[in-house]
Amino acid sequence: MAEPRIIIVGAGPAGVRAAEALVAAGVRPVLLDEGQRDGGQIYRRQPEGFSRTPEQLYGTEAGRAIALHRSFERLKPQIDYRPRHLAWNVADGVVHTISEGKPGQFAYDALIIAAGATDRLLPVKGWQHAGVYSLGGAQIALKAQACAIGRKVVFLGTGPLLQLVALQYHKAGAEVVALLDTSPFPRQVMALPKLAARPGMLLKGLRIVGGLMASGMAIHRGVTPVEIHGEAEAGVTGVSVRLASGEIRRFDCDAVGLGYHLRPEAQLADLARCAFTFDARTRQFWPEIDADGRSSVPGIYLAGDGVRTQGADGAEISGALAACAALEDLGRSVPDAPRAALRAKARVMERFREGIAEAYPWPAGLAADLPDEAILCRCEGITVGELREAAKEKGADEVNRAKALTRVGMGRCQGRYCGHAGAEIVAAATGMPLEAVGRLRGQAPVKPLAIAAGEVQP
Amino acid sequence: MGSPGQARFLRLGETGRARIALVVDGETIEALEGDSLLVAILTARGRLRRSEFGPEARSGFCLMAACQDCWVWTADGHRLRACDTPARAGLSLVTEQPELSWPNRA
Ligand SMILES: Cc1cc2nc3c(=O)[nH]c(=O)nc-3n(C[C@H](O)[C@H](O)[C@H](O)COP(=O)(O)OP(=O)(O)OC[C@H]3O[C@@H](n4cnc5c(N)ncnc54)[C@H](O)[C@@H]3O)c2cc1C
Ligand code: FES
Repeated sequence: MAEPRIIIVGAGPAGVRAAEALVAAGVRPVLLDEGQRDGGQIYRRQPEGFSRTPEQLYGTEAGRAIALHRSFERLKPQIDYRPRHLAWNVADGVVHTISEGKPGQFAYDALIIAAGATDRLLPVKGWQHAGVYSLGGAQIALKAQACAIGRKVVFLGTGPLLQLVALQYHKAGAEVVALLDTSPFPRQVMALPKLAARPGMLLKGLRIVGGLMASGMAIHRGVTPVEIHGEAEAGVTGVSVRLASGEIRRFDCDAVGLGYHLRPEAQLADLARCAFTFDARTRQFWPEIDADGRSSVPGIYLAGDGVRTQGADGAEISGALAACAALEDLGRSVPDAPRAALRAKARVMERFREGIAEAYPWPAGLAADLPDEAILCRCEGITVGELREAAKEKGADEVNRAKALTRVGMGRCQGRYCGHAGAEIVAAATGMPLEAVGRLRGQAPVKPLAIAAGEVQP
Repeated sequence: MGSPGQARFLRLGETGRARIALVVDGETIEALEGDSLLVAILTARGRLRRSEFGPEARSGFCLMAACQDCWVWTADGHRLRACDTPARAGLSLVTEQPELSWPNRA
């Protein structure tokens, strides 16, 4: 039998462990990644010439980061690794790429998509100002470049990353003015039984909370964001929230890290025509998968945070499982015992993921309550009121129709940062359930392409 | 135009790297080898560019190649994504899209 052509998109924990399982079975996969280096988000590498130790960079996860980076170095000669390759479309068994302006095509027998996550955002009035960053962006400034996003920083939103990044900033010597969490404290306590599925992770989480308490920064839970204050030229000047007590309080700052946990980067799965399903707990659509990561489309496998936000350890497990599934479906024999162990671990990861989703709920009501004048689409300055009007007055009761009428979701970010809130706004304005207003369909290219002069688009 | 303002980002370490110079909108700025273009610009100024759709200055958002809020251009009209493009000595950039660069339009 000819060597099967297996392509992996994404060189994070999920993609690297998938590649490892394939190499162990004697297959040489193509590994495409848009980034300059391997590691993905959490184990993102700093540029050459930086000198911080893995402990400084990755904290408690230093050991796992080193292990993943070493595995990758060992694998490198045995795989066809293509850094700086954006996979921008999947159609008819071919992945279309672009690398430094040059188009490419990779045909596959099996495709493993491990594209990771991006921040899940919910707009707040004033979030278009310079100095407002996604939480992940705030972390990347620190991790990859040893910079703080400002001199006085407020972190606003919810999710595990909110507390982690606030503490990382504090430890690195940045001034963190306040940590403002929309999740009420009792929700976090109620989620403890599920979070206890991973006692080690729970303990790490509690240590982070301990570190934050000792840091002296202002910490408020159960807040309602009111406004990010700013000036056109100077950017952010402060943040106002309603505290759980009902008092409105303003915090002066010159930067805000904003985020509400993560959302899967599922556009490639969408272009490959994988079926999506609505998840009521997190209020979003995501691709259907079986326990091993098989999508609804034969030959397409989905792994890591790009399909379920399980975190880095879960990503490593799901990457390995997806590779095993691909090998099995291509007629290779896959040993049962290690797979059964991986599946058992995957179930623990899934229970913990549910716990996190319950501890830090997506505050859907905040999107529905945004004032008309707030900007929803930061790319093109489209307001919440414009979308509401299209939904109410022009019958745009489905998000793709609303997009066609208002351009919400059509800008540079292609709906990554406004899409979930936009759907909530349409649902609230029309009185329809969120699952009925649908989801923004993925469109090729998954990111705007800069084609080098003279090159022809494939 | 308005003044580009005081530096937005604050360096917290890794400052022993070699210094490099690049030109942004005709003004020479100093950066460090290994900086992204975004960091090079925002450790020298308060903004990266202006919004085409509103009055406000912009300074990127996601830093992970997802939002496209950080586009800048080379003098000959080549579009660069500042958050994932390394700064190189001698680069000359403009923060407003030059005319006649139709292949790089969004
Ligand atoms: C900004 C950010 C910060 C995070 N920080 C932490 C943290 O500190 N601690 C923690 O526990 N978890 C963190 N997470 C969660 C973390 O991402 C995951 O747990 C883990 O990295 C998931 O691994 P993965 O392999 O699924 O995806 P990732 O590690 O995200 O890797 C995905 C890879 O796919 C590539 N890619 C995506 N789309 C394409 C495409 N179309 N073409 C080519 N390549 C593509 C990306 O370049 C990336 O290298 C963070 C997530 C984000 C988004
Ligand atoms: S800051 Fe988002 S793409 Fe560069």
